[in-house]
Amino acid sequence: MLFIKCPYCGIRSQNEFAYGGDATVKRPELNKEISDKEWDDFVYNRKSPRGKHLEFWHHISGCRQWFKVHRDTATHEIFKTLKPHEEL
Amino acid sequence: MTQEFRLKDEGLIDRSKKISFKFNGKKYFGYEGDTLASALIANGVHLVGRSFKYHRPRGFYGAGVDDPYALVQLIRNNETIPNIKATEQELFEGLEAKSVNCWPNVNFDIGGINNFLRIFLPAGFYYKTFMWPKSFWYRIYEPFIRKAAGFGVVTHEHDKERYEHKYEYCDLLVTGSGPSGLASAYSAAKNGAKVILAEDKPRFGGSLLTSEVTIGNQTGKEWADKIVTELKEMPNVVVKNRAQVFGYYDHNMLVMSERISEHMPKTEKFMPKQKLWYIRAKEVVISSGSIERPIVFGNNDTPGILLSSAAKEYMKVYGVLVGKKPLIFTNNDSAYETAIEFKKNGINPIVLDSRKELNSDLITEAKNLGIDIKFEHVVVNANGYRKVKSADIAKISEDKTNLGKIENIACDCICVSGFWTPTIHLASQSGGKTKFNEDIDAFIPSQSKQNETTVGSANGIFNLNDTLKNSFEAGYELSKKITSKENKLSVPAVVEKKNSKHDKFWCVPLPKGKKYKRFLDFQNDVAVSDIELALREGYRSIEHVKRYTTLGMATDQGKTSNLNGLQLVSNIENKVVPEVGHTTFRPPYTPVSIGAIVGREVGKHSKPTRKSPMHSWHEKNNAVFVDAGLWLRPRYYKKGNETLFDASKREAENVRKNVGVCDVTTLGKIDVKGPDAAEFLNRVYTNAWLKLPVGKARYGVMLREDGIVMDDGTTTRVSENHYHMTTTTAQAANVLSHLEYYLQIVWPELNVNVVSTTEQWAGAAIAGPKSRDLLQKLFPETDCSNEGLPFMGFIETKLFGVYARIFRISFSGELAYEVNVESDNGNFMWEKIIELGEEFKIQPYGTEALSTLRIEMGHVAGSELDGRTTPFDSSLEGLLSKKKDFIGKRSLQKEAFISPDREKLVGVVPLDKKTSIPEGSYIVRDANAKLPNPKLGHVSASCWSVEYNNPFSLAIIKDGKNMIGQKLFALSPLKKKSIPVEIVSSHYVDPKGERVRS
Repeated sequence: MLFIKCPYCGIRSQNEFAYGGDATVKRPELNKEISDKEWDDFVYNRKSPRGKHLEFWHHISGCRQWFKVHRDTATHEIFKTLKPHEEL
Repeated sequence: MTQEFRLKDEGLIDRSKKISFKFNGKKYFGYEGDTLASALIANGVHLVGRSFKYHRPRGFYGAGVDDPYALVQLIRNNETIPNIKATEQELFEGLEAKSVNCWPNVNFDIGGINNFLRIFLPAGFYYKTFMWPKSFWYRIYEPFIRKAAGFGVVTHEHDKERYEHKYEYCDLLVTGSGPSGLASAYSAAKNGAKVILAEDKPRFGGSLLTSEVTIGNQTGKEWADKIVTELKEMPNVVVKNRAQVFGYYDHNMLVMSERISEHMPKTEKFMPKQKLWYIRAKEVVISSGSIERPIVFGNNDTPGILLSSAAKEYMKVYGVLVGKKPLIFTNNDSAYETAIEFKKNGINPIVLDSRKELNSDLITEAKNLGIDIKFEHVVVNANGYRKVKSADIAKISEDKTNLGKIENIACDCICVSGFWTPTIHLASQSGGKTKFNEDIDAFIPSQSKQNETTVGSANGIFNLNDTLKNSFEAGYELSKKITSKENKLSVPAVVEKKNSKHDKFWCVPLPKGKKYKRFLDFQNDVAVSDIELALREGYRSIEHVKRYTTLGMATDQGKTSNLNGLQLVSNIENKVVPEVGHTTFRPPYTPVSIGAIVGREVGKHSKPTRKSPMHSWHEKNNAVFVDAGLWLRPRYYKKGNETLFDASKREAENVRKNVGVCDVTTLGKIDVKGPDAAEFLNRVYTNAWLKLPVGKARYGVMLREDGIVMDDGTTTRVSENHYHMTTTTAQAANVLSHLEYYLQIVWPELNVNVVSTTEQWAGAAIAGPKSRDLLQKLFPETDCSNEGLPFMGFIETKLFGVYARIFRISFSGELAYEVNVESDNGNFMWEKIIELGEEFKIQPYGTEALSTLRIEMGHVAGSELDGRTTPFDSSLEGLLSKKKDFIGKRSLQKEAFISPDREKLVGVVPLDKKTSIPEGSYIVRDANAKLPNPKLGHVSASCWSVEYNNPFSLAIIKDGKNMIGQKLFALSPLKKKSIPVEIVSSHYVDPKGERVRS
């Protein structure tokens, strides 16, 4: 079970959180004309790397805030956690 | 009955407390402090089971967790428990145990014939033999193999014992209370760290209980006792015995199973049987010690052959002799301690040492005691079936390939020592690397990945002086990192015997012309010949060899067999052991009860149960409940002998004719507040929200980004910047997370807050032609007319003094209202509705009638919005705004989504107007077409239409709208039904929606 530092609450056990997917994906702006490819990249296409991955987690049984986690998918090492607007 | 093999006064058992127990129906005695194993040995019992594959006789090989043999079925407090290690089970008054894997009994086991057929049962035998004919596997082979194999029987009874979970945090977790564990724990605790010390056995001290050493001015055991006593008194230390740390998981979380009451005849009230500890440790000291390695020789699995350290432990801890004519077979010094112990107890052992004559403290002592030592000698083969009777021994050449003349000597036990294997399981599970240490012929931990430090013999250090020095240091350094204190203890002086170098020798060659079975894995009956065969057949990777031969795959996880297996593979392959590598160590280190893993989360405690404030009223009024997610909802209210069908039909008819009331508290409710709330809803929902006036509700559909319908519900504008959103019961949590995601991550510029209010409101849906009359009675001061409260209207008012919200919304398709009050007033509201509704013939209705009403109206719900349907599929395209963008809109342009033959929502009526169509049926053109019959779609929901008094279903079928009027078939192969049907509009009742507006 991972030990995750919520940027708002501090270190808590994984069972308080829900995984939320790749945090590098940006939703296209509303009302913007975009190609099928761009849209498919946003909706479906993910890299699923072995190694470092920036991802969203949701502190679902805590403060209910979404935040970013920089984690190694192979070793589970967590390098850093950030608020949504913060960059690595 | 006398305990023939019990020593007079040696050992740590309490001879004043005699304990009676039964094994295989026979009564024996032991003493308090015995294990089942030590008590049986004291009584001369060495045959306790049969092996897994060949059903060979099994005795005891170890004295603790490493023992691969003595698995028994335990009967404790009328419960039968399989897979209990006799070497770990402590004796209690009235204990009963039985041998396993043998029939009719352990002395005469029919399965023992496998032993004589073993030439036909080589590695991979099952894979090779039971392949053909294929159909035989399920019916014949598998049931037969299952019956023949396995250790013990699982009970079919409910486990009445209690298991608990505990979460704990500490600075330092120390796994094992041998000298290294005690030293680390003590030095860290004295430096202010919060320490947990876990010992798997009942007694603390590890090797100090059996070794002849002095620490300071005390014996090893005295020192251990003193340290443990002191640790127990420290407030910053938790000391646990009977506690096995069996798994090392991510981020320094370790799991430990504590046996709380298994050493007692029964579990006391409110006491758990086992407790599972989830420990998050800042640092971990792995002091798990080491396990003695066997030396492989012919028939080395015969009962009476055991590890030399185990023989010593039986003498020194339990005061029990494993035999009176012992043969000790070793390649190193430590077995001499066993020999000396025998000698001290008046027994004359013979030592066979594979090494050339040499001297060391221990060898000299043994010589001085007059012990018969034969250097350069080995055991070639053990004779005896149920118990070893003699050994064939021989001189061995220096290169260990040639045997001299074979000589037979009588013995009743053979104590084997092939040097020591560090227990690196936890270190390896932690993700750390291991390396092969040539000095000790074994793997030790190398590079750590997590915060763990391995000390003592687990780290390949076999002398006490270094162990204590390193462990005191580790405890100090690790605690200093955490507490920043610098209270360093001095390391006590140690007096111990110096050991000479061990011999790199692990397997005795076969004498010419002999084909003795030489076992590597004692629990799974894997012999040297099996590994050789696997390699001949082309298996190379050690992981493949393991799986093909089952080496190390039994419940003992190869604790005694792994390294010898690796040695053999590397010998045959002409490689060195580190090149072959070892198989992955995975948790658990020892078997763990499923009960302990599950803990208290059993049956109805496996998940929380949510109940509406009106739950007790429903119970009192014969509601039959159904699970709706975590909620319990009334499915129907049973009157007399009614069936589900009768009751739901009555309830639905009453809604269509008079008025009904349904508990809708479970609907998800979310407060959406803020100046940008309208804009936010406009993006979340597919339809337009900017112009919704205060005091009005609107039905909305939300999509996922992939264009699939996520949820639907009504949202009401309570005030300028305040909306009350409802979701389906099932999706409430997901919708909230979805909204939070968009607000916090995608559009943080929107000034909106959302919060769940599901539990704050109790809801009642009042539906039926007489609902307005009832509403007016409930709210006499309020204008409930069609003008005062029009369809989709909303007002805030008082229900006999209680704040209430009325929404004119309808799921049943009838004239209907939903009244919400604060949860605490829910029951008051409900009783008022029932009381005042009496004159209008009100009846409560459950989810079954609710479904009937919505299905015949063609309203979609979870069975249609199943995560696969687009708004077009579910006839919700009218709600798609063309003017604005919203979540998922771009996906709706996808070719597949706009293809004309997509499956679409329709209604289905059986031609005979009698036969109900099972949900999940396929809609096909031709009932008798060749399989696979082309499927047009499926039936998503079925009901008995109370409006028309015939069955009606909703279905999602290809090109649905153009199929209306066609005569097709509904097929349910599961229910063996083929029903001719006609496709109709999904709006079966009131297609124009006049009633809701009436």
